[in-house]
Amino acid sequence: MTAPAAPLIELKGITRTFGSGPAAFQALRGIDLTVQDGEFLAIMGPSGSGKSTAMNIMGCLDTPTSGSYRFQGVTVEQLSRRQRALLRRWRLGFVFQGYNLLPRTSALENVELPLMYRRVGTAERRRLARETLALVGLSGWEKHTPAQLSGGQQQRVAIARAIVTNPTVLLADEPTGNLDSEKGNEIMALLRSLNEDRGITILMVTHEPDMAAYAHRIIRFVDGRIQSDEPRAEAA
Amino acid sequence: MFWSAFRLALSAIRRNIGRSMLTILGVVIGVAAVITMVNVGAGATQAVSDQISSLGSNLLMVRPGQRLGPGGGGATRAPPFRAADVEAVSRLSGLSAVSGFETTGVVAVFGAENWSTTAVGANQPYFVARKLELSSGRTFNEAEEQAGRAVCVLGQTVRKELYGERDPVGTRLRVRQFSCDVIGLLKAKGQAAMGQDQDDVIVLPLRTVQRRLTGSQDIGSIAIAVSDAASVDRVKSQLADLLRERRRIGRNEDDDFNILDTRQIAEAATGTTKVMTGLLAAVAAVSLVVGGIGIMNVMLVSVTERTREIGVRLAIGALEGDVLMQFLIEAVTLSVIGGLLGLVLALIATAILAQVMHVPLVFDPLTNLMAFSISATIGVVFGYFPARRAARLDPIDALRHE
Repeated sequence: MTAPAAPLIELKGITRTFGSGPAAFQALRGIDLTVQDGEFLAIMGPSGSGKSTAMNIMGCLDTPTSGSYRFQGVTVEQLSRRQRALLRRWRLGFVFQGYNLLPRTSALENVELPLMYRRVGTAERRRLARETLALVGLSGWEKHTPAQLSGGQQQRVAIARAIVTNPTVLLADEPTGNLDSEKGNEIMALLRSLNEDRGITILMVTHEPDMAAYAHRIIRFVDGRIQSDEPRAEAA
Repeated sequence: MFWSAFRLALSAIRRNIGRSMLTILGVVIGVAAVITMVNVGAGATQAVSDQISSLGSNLLMVRPGQRLGPGGGGATRAPPFRAADVEAVSRLSGLSAVSGFETTGVVAVFGAENWSTTAVGANQPYFVARKLELSSGRTFNEAEEQAGRAVCVLGQTVRKELYGERDPVGTRLRVRQFSCDVIGLLKAKGQAAMGQDQDDVIVLPLRTVQRRLTGSQDIGSIAIAVSDAASVDRVKSQLADLLRERRRIGRNEDDDFNILDTRQIAEAATGTTKVMTGLLAAVAAVSLVVGGIGIMNVMLVSVTERTREIGVRLAIGALEGDVLMQFLIEAVTLSVIGGLLGLVLALIATAILAQVMHVPLVFDPLTNLMAFSISATIGVVFGYFPARRAARLDPIDALRHE
């Protein structure tokens, strides 16, 4: 699509508080972040620093307690539930921590699912799902259910499901968290090629510096705030 | 939209076949319990009303003497009826059968067996009025009635006691001091509403009983069948007027006879039936609640367990409506399949129970449909509302579930 004048993602003063009263926990304490179209971002930080929470807010899965979130110039807080669901349907792709594939459902059907909600016809859906599974290196595994696949393979299915719709933004929460470094590097190479070849903006949460090294820009979270925001020198 | 939701729902059912089966089983048990209860209950009620109508509907029994107490016989001083009274009564309009009859206790002997029973002296119309049907043989002809021949028709209890499984027709039976030819065998009538065995009886021509057993011209009672239920009251008052006149009862004197109407017996029994019907309705309502709770639990558990799945679907682009439509279709499909299987199971159970409990097999489509719809509705409601609750969560809360 034609690049809008507004940045792709613009967070201003985002806070997120869980619970209320004395037991309330402030996961985000005022986040300002701007992401341009085509960037590859790694978000790092210790557990509980708010990195996943920030990602869920950017993915319209969660709503901030205060602050403003503009996606392609549209103010997300003003959107209805339905409009936010449509935004997820047409713009976003998710790779969850722990995959979240539907159990007892074949890899192919899992990948087809977002296309079903986009009302893509059966034949077209099947073709796209097969192509995408081939792209992530899972040709021949279409009929296997998650229980019959290894962790790395499940992660690939999850990525295939997220990119089969060719989203504007791919949000990945610890995409290599459960994998050994060899498998992790394969996944990262895949993400980088998606970013470079298809121009998909990638937001990735990780705690592994090796994996973060694939990104163009690294954001570090500490205690619900952004501590540092710097480009990788080695990145293109 | 609908078609794709329908396919999503079907594939979800197929994929989770184990859980789907359990859900269906829950509905099956619920529906089957309720419908079986309702059907067996209706059968039992039917059995009671059958017993009442086995007395003969629109039947009037006239006896000499005042009716003293509930179910009591007549007082003794009143004169019995004579053949001329029966003749006069039979000329009243609106009657389908009239027969005077006389009963007396006898001992019947066949071979080495003897049985103490009731001998009824009556003529052909008695069989009509009391709705006595033959299982074999024939009833009396006019010549036998006129001549007071020694012929008899046996009830099933008498046959069982004296003949076992054999057919008594054609044998000779000794009744007190004389022998008579068995010419017919009645069909079983079962117990009357008050518990008497209506099959423990030997029917002989009235004149035979008068000559050989009672030794008098007296006629103890008159059985009258009214052709139309609506005219029972009119016939009763005409009958009372006629008998008062024939028995020369003064204007201020009480009747010295009583007219018993099977409707009165029926009314007494209706009280019992009402209590029974109420009881059964209560039992059915309880089973409906129990079955409903079973269905509800299965549905609730199944949907709650899938909150994560709902979260995933919402996150990857499903609208609340997509998820709801899918779960609604799933709930409807499971409930309807379960309901239909439950219905079939209930019919089988009803048939078996009807056999074991000796009640008629009753299948009331309306009640069955109602029980089915209520159970299915419970299934749908409790499949739908938890799904709606989950679909209204922020996707992240649904995903975090568990």
